[in-house]
Amino acid sequence: MLALIYILIAVLIASTFWQLTNVFNLKKEIATEEDNDQQGKLMFAFMIFFYALMIFCFWKYSAVLLPEAASVEGEQYDTLYNVTMILILFVQAIMQVLIFYFSYKYRGVKGRKAVFYADSHKLEMIWTITPTVVLAGLIIYGLSVWIDITDTSDLENPLIVEVYAKQFSWEARYAGDDNALGRGNVRYIKGINTMGVDMTDLNSLDDIPVRELHLPKGRPVIFKLRSQDVLHSAYMPHFRAQMNCVPGMVTQMAFTPSMTTEEMRLNEKIVAKVANINNIRAEKGEDPYQFDYLLLCNKICGASHYNMQMKIIVQEEADFNKWLATKETMAEVVKK
Amino acid sequence: MSDHHKETFVTKYIFSQDHKMISKQYLITGIIMGVIGVFMSMLFRLQIAWPERSFSLIEAFLGQHQDGGVMTPDIYLALVTIHGTIMVFFVLTAGLSGTFSNMLIPLQIGARDMASGFLNMVSYWLFFLSSVIMVISLFVEAGPASSGWTIYPPLSALPQAIPGSGAGMTLWLVSMAIFIASSLLGALNYIVTVLNLRTVGMKMTRLPLSIWAFFVTAIIGVVSFPVLLSAALLLIFDRSFGTSFFLSDIFIDGSVLHYQGGSPVLFEHLFWFLGHPEVYIVILPAMGIVSEVMAVNSRKPIFGYRAMIGSIIAIAFLSTIVWGHHMFITGMNPFLGSVFTFTTLLIAIPSAVKAFNWVTTLWKGNLQMNPAMLYSIGFVSTFVTGGVTGLVMGDSALDINIHDTYFIVAHFHLVMGVSAIFGMFAGVYHWFPKMYGRLMNKTLGYWHFWITIITAYGVFFPMHFVGLAGLPRRYYMNTAFPYFDDLQDINVVMTIFALIGGSAQLIFLGNFFWSIYKGKKSGPNPWKATTLEWTTPVEATHGNWPGELPVVHRWAYDYSKPGSDVDFIPQTTPLAEGEEPS
Ligand code: HEM
Ligand SMILES: [Cu+2]
Ligand SMILES: [Cu+2]
Repeated sequence: MLALIYILIAVLIASTFWQLTNVFNLKKEIATEEDNDQQGKLMFAFMIFFYALMIFCFWKYSAVLLPEAASVEGEQYDTLYNVTMILILFVQAIMQVLIFYFSYKYRGVKGRKAVFYADSHKLEMIWTITPTVVLAGLIIYGLSVWIDITDTSDLENPLIVEVYAKQFSWEARYAGDDNALGRGNVRYIKGINTMGVDMTDLNSLDDIPVRELHLPKGRPVIFKLRSQDVLHSAYMPHFRAQMNCVPGMVTQMAFTPSMTTEEMRLNEKIVAKVANINNIRAEKGEDPYQFDYLLLCNKICGASHYNMQMKIIVQEEADFNKWLATKETMAEVVKK
Repeated sequence: MSDHHKETFVTKYIFSQDHKMISKQYLITGIIMGVIGVFMSMLFRLQIAWPERSFSLIEAFLGQHQDGGVMTPDIYLALVTIHGTIMVFFVLTAGLSGTFSNMLIPLQIGARDMASGFLNMVSYWLFFLSSVIMVISLFVEAGPASSGWTIYPPLSALPQAIPGSGAGMTLWLVSMAIFIASSLLGALNYIVTVLNLRTVGMKMTRLPLSIWAFFVTAIIGVVSFPVLLSAALLLIFDRSFGTSFFLSDIFIDGSVLHYQGGSPVLFEHLFWFLGHPEVYIVILPAMGIVSEVMAVNSRKPIFGYRAMIGSIIAIAFLSTIVWGHHMFITGMNPFLGSVFTFTTLLIAIPSAVKAFNWVTTLWKGNLQMNPAMLYSIGFVSTFVTGGVTGLVMGDSALDINIHDTYFIVAHFHLVMGVSAIFGMFAGVYHWFPKMYGRLMNKTLGYWHFWITIITAYGVFFPMHFVGLAGLPRRYYMNTAFPYFDDLQDINVVMTIFALIGGSAQLIFLGNFFWSIYKGKKSGPNPWKATTLEWTTPVEATHGNWPGELPVVHRWAYDYSKPGSDVDFIPQTTPLAEGEEPS
């Protein structure tokens, strides 16, 4: 492959110099009528190429896109996203035709005079007001979704979980029976207390530290995010959720999982995607892969930024409670 | 000033105070930096497409930062960082604005030179110095700055967190501080020159759009660059003198650092207060150039001259109050996020107006397909393709899930990277005769354009899909998560396009340097344009016009005016009897 590219580069350079050293070339360096004609037609050809490229990408690469949202808030997100995308593609489709078609249609011809058309108050009004109206709608709709997603005051009986980032791994802590997290600060980090939980805070005692994130389906979860060193970002694309982890500060996000891991594994899109991935892996002789929700780090944080992993498992609430009951509390962990 | 003092080689070619020479110095420096920046992107694209493969190219260039032809994660991040820094600041701020503001402001407004030739010279040499320091930083033992072009602390403040944050980061900050000084001197000069040195008859409402764009760009620069300077200074304090402006509660390498009370979010505010206007500092001059080139080559007035000025001003104003859209998910108050969504989406309005006006300019024109014109058309196309996706990330709710993914990388490369580069190419092909008295080779220009636009879309259109699949940017490789294994094909396709597109720039380089010496000699007004720069002699002189300064009688866009038998009327031609001013 690379050899091919090297050859191509060599050809490019060679032809450049051939063209440059072509001393018999007495052509004018200003576009002639033939140039206008040829380049105008190329504009038309490019328009076709560009549409083909766009259609090809949508046809071929739609398979890699994220499946439907796995959270209640994510469903709202998806609707807003789809509305916006349709609008964008509509504008894009029209504008690109206009640009390249006009470039082709009005390619220069000797003797023709361009139309002196310098201004039109009416047109300017049309294309100021139309985007304004459309955008007003989009802003209002977008903000209503944003407020819905970020407002956590209306969540009923939320589960509170701390997600804790550091170079280059994640930890998490459930708030326990009192559903209140104990204070945390890096100055309390000591031995097994890796998240710097303040054990003199009574709320801390029943907190439950874990290395694998389990979430109950159908119960709102409020995440409290911290970082111990540099910026990280907790990104959970399947839930349409992301928030930075900022040292010295607690940030927060919330969503309500709506699909268990098992259910997502049966999702049509995921089934196809995983099958495709496993074909690729089989070819390379790698182990087969099974779908799991992802927690990615999405803020550059150092050498292994690309590899900060923690599994997320969404379960039915009863299974989740059972799982959580098997975990030790902070009090138990620290005592040891 | 027109009376000539004796020029030596040094005062003519090196410490020149002539705006035309300074412009060329900016251009050549910008091109050299551009070659470095693009080459870096080709190296790290190799890594993305073939993460474990060994490449002799990598072995040859990355020294101790590679192992058997495979680059290390640290140098990957460093390459991305320096690529971004170089492209945004050194190529598309200094290289673009520096070249064309310097070249065109005096020539198009009818002035003998910049208001202060001396400060102009200092401005260039500071830029040169900052470029040299940035390049030197590549050779620091632990590697150059690697915390992204946005240099967010704490990562950029702590060498324990990433080796590039040691000496490499120090040099980055020094280089940028000098760069900012250069840019401020340049910008002040541009502003003063446009305000004070316009020739007789050159009212503000008769200025070509290029000048309007450079003028407003300079104003944004003066407003926003100092804020970046202060952010850089505070960061230097945190790094070297133990202050805690941006740092707090940090535990690293097994111990707690003393910092307390600072906030990285504060840095983000300061950074983006420049960072967002910066993208308009990059794109507005390109817009101005494109408006100019498009009118000349359509043989038609630019459509909606006043609306174009209005939208430049509106964009400039709005650009200073939208920075928070880079910070929707930093823990900023969601209400504040709403405000920034509102202001951000408003920018779409003047941007749309501009796009419609360009398209209408093409309509019923008589398009002269010179290479500069092709690039202008390409500019409108990539600006629209990249611009529409701004509606996704400008919307705080939608930004949540695409923030910092490759979708963003696709968006900003099209809307500002590729577009601005296209604007720059348009400018170079168009004003090359003004710079060197010769024309660039047309056929090579055509090849260069078609390969570039095809490969640019080939790299950046599929990239949207990679981002929408959830792949974060700045990932050394994406095979750590098997979930992304199906993206590898797309990555290979993009890399191949990138390698071809990057290499195709050799056509441009060859054409450019060859034409300086061997290009076909140009006439005084090769494109039959109306603006003043084409009324100067081909052999450039100090002082621009040998005799009196030209006097302006009309706006810059009298192309194909009805009632006139020539298809362009220079700005210096008085109104004919009974002729209405346009
Ligand atoms: C040959 C052409 C180019 C290619 C193939 C290319 C490719 C890339 C890629 C893939 C990234 C993202 C890497 C990552 O996030 O992991 C990137 C980052 C970037 N590029 Fe380019 N690019 C090119 C030209 C340009 C141009 C013309 C600009 C001018 C604005 C530019 C500005 C940037 C910036 C600002 C970043 C972000 C750096 C960061 O994340 O800190 N690039 N480039
Ligand atoms: Cu991280
Ligand atoms: Cu911005």
